[in-house]
Amino acid sequence: MNIHEYQAKELFDRFGVPSPKGAAASSAKEAGEAAAALGVKNLVVKAQVHAGGRGKGVFKNGFKGGVHLVDSAQKAEEIAGKMLGEVLVTKQTGDEGRLVRKVMVAESVEISRELYLAILVDRQTSKPVIIVSTEGGMDIEEVAERTPEKILREYVNPLGGLQAYQVRKMCKKLDLQAHAKQFSQLINALYKLFNALDCSMVEINPLVVTTDNQVYALDAKFNFDDNALYRHPEISAMRDHDEEDPREVAAAAHELNYIGLNGNIACLVNGAGLAMATMDIIKHHGGDPANFLDVGGGASKDQVTAAFKIILGDPNVRGIFINIFGGIMDCNIVAEGVVAAARETGLSLPLVVRLEGNNVEAGKATLAASGLNIVSADGMDDGAAKIVAAVA
Amino acid sequence: MSILIDENTKVLIQGITGSFGARHTKLSLEYGTKVVGGVTPGKGGQKFEDIVPIFDTVSEAVQETGATASAIFVPPAFAADAILEAADAGVDLIVCITEGIPVMDMMRVKAMLAGSKSRLVGPNCPGLVTPGRGEKSHGGCRIGIAPGYIHKRGNVGVVSRSGTLTYEAVWQLTQLGYGQSTCVGIGGDPINGTSHLDVLQMFNEDPETEAIILIGEIGGNAEVEAARWAKENCKKPIAGFIAGATAPPGRRMGHAGAIVGGEEDTAQAKKRILAECGIAVAETPGVMARTLLNAWGK
Repeated sequence: MNIHEYQAKELFDRFGVPSPKGAAASSAKEAGEAAAALGVKNLVVKAQVHAGGRGKGVFKNGFKGGVHLVDSAQKAEEIAGKMLGEVLVTKQTGDEGRLVRKVMVAESVEISRELYLAILVDRQTSKPVIIVSTEGGMDIEEVAERTPEKILREYVNPLGGLQAYQVRKMCKKLDLQAHAKQFSQLINALYKLFNALDCSMVEINPLVVTTDNQVYALDAKFNFDDNALYRHPEISAMRDHDEEDPREVAAAAHELNYIGLNGNIACLVNGAGLAMATMDIIKHHGGDPANFLDVGGGASKDQVTAAFKIILGDPNVRGIFINIFGGIMDCNIVAEGVVAAARETGLSLPLVVRLEGNNVEAGKATLAASGLNIVSADGMDDGAAKIVAAVA
Repeated sequence: MSILIDENTKVLIQGITGSFGARHTKLSLEYGTKVVGGVTPGKGGQKFEDIVPIFDTVSEAVQETGATASAIFVPPAFAADAILEAADAGVDLIVCITEGIPVMDMMRVKAMLAGSKSRLVGPNCPGLVTPGRGEKSHGGCRIGIAPGYIHKRGNVGVVSRSGTLTYEAVWQLTQLGYGQSTCVGIGGDPINGTSHLDVLQMFNEDPETEAIILIGEIGGNAEVEAARWAKENCKKPIAGFIAGATAPPGRRMGHAGAIVGGEEDTAQAKKRILAECGIAVAETPGVMARTLLNAWGK
């Protein structure tokens, strides 16, 4: 799950991670008031959407740039008015863009150095790793490739926590000895935040040293572990459904795992690995999958119906491939769910069903007796070939 | 022989009275697995289905039953504690089925298990099966949630992160007349107790295992690590499959660990490295068993 920049700022303030002063606003007037309250001359107004490339983005009303520097509260109000309620298109939003519902007004700081800092979970060592680099503002993967010597990785023992010597090593690597105290405070606060909120990643790019010698987290990207959200209701509350694919939101409400893609063959599968493999096999046979959809190990009739409605809500879909390996799950129950869902939704698209496993004969009989136009498949390859042929 | 478990392995079920645990305990008992005890705090002294004694703590259960393996079916918020309790009680093999354990909990568990004699398989895994020799492989050891009847006792070792893809491979093998020595689902989480490499090393040492199917997916480098080891050390034919070639970068595909982060953890990169290491890569998941048989000269 992702959060907005102004929400990241709230978390930084809560944990004592130094960052420039700022506040969120939902109207131009609020933005002007917030700007005045900051009591500084140089300000920045930023559109709040979950997409990168805001600075170079263009609003559909023709206004250019989702990030603007201003020098008065009045101007902040004026700029906010041009952003709020408008749709911003960036290289990451796609052509449809994103509606800006909030802006952040913040102190604009004068930067003397830009650095990079991130904490994430390292799978190989099963430990949190802190990554620092002197190349702030750059894509870290590019830095890792071209100049790996400019990166330092510090692995933290999850039981013992971050040690002082590790902070000193990072400080030295970043050539921040003159600001050791500020850096130490920032990194310790950030590590505490990472742990306390079950983050899977916090990336600060850039981490800046200002001309008046402050060390600030200037821009942050957070990822939270979805599995741990149950113990952080305040983080769950930050979820912005307006920034998410409505089909994914609907799927989550039925405990289905759905991810929309750009193809035209919808799939409905049990198990994440098999669901991924089903997308792959459609592609292998020359088709293009419209989605990833895992209905789980024990899908009910209601879930299958809900899944049908979600995949049919995608206007690109021209055919459906159902691939079920009913290990424990009864294939006949799945078949009954499919028939009920097809009837309820008045399905007119080609439907290929591959059923295997427990009580498969009864399941196939149910499909055949339904009178619906359902093509039965023997195995994954056969099913994929049939659905690809049907939508061609 | 087989790896990790055999027909005689005595198994405990942690969370035996929960609906999920109870259902799969029944299926394991029907399969012929020696489920010797269950653990549910507060229900010690009762019996599950009138036959399996329930204990309050894992250490009591181990003392009373001599169990050496435990399957964990407790909810995610309590699963880390359940793993540590099993390790503290000296259980050799801890199989954590639970899906949805916070990563932070698993990092701490792994650090705490360092140096312990217990092996953890999972979490978020389908478990293990060493098929029996009876009809529909009855009489085998089934720990977890895999369908028992699709198996057949034989000489192919199967290791996978995904449950349903494991069943797919096993069923393909069984239908073609080839059985399995042991099937191990290591789980779809980013941090797990047993890796592809660990299992591959065990299969390599196991005299009953003659050939291996290794199934992986996008995210992490566990399959690559296993393949590189196999190139130098494994004398047995291996077929591989990697799911997620069509997965968009940065999206979590169901499994918490199935996310493409960099260039090395895409399906394409992994397949290329597997092939370079001498593993026969199945073109589609529909031909995993056939790909193995070709590589095996059958």
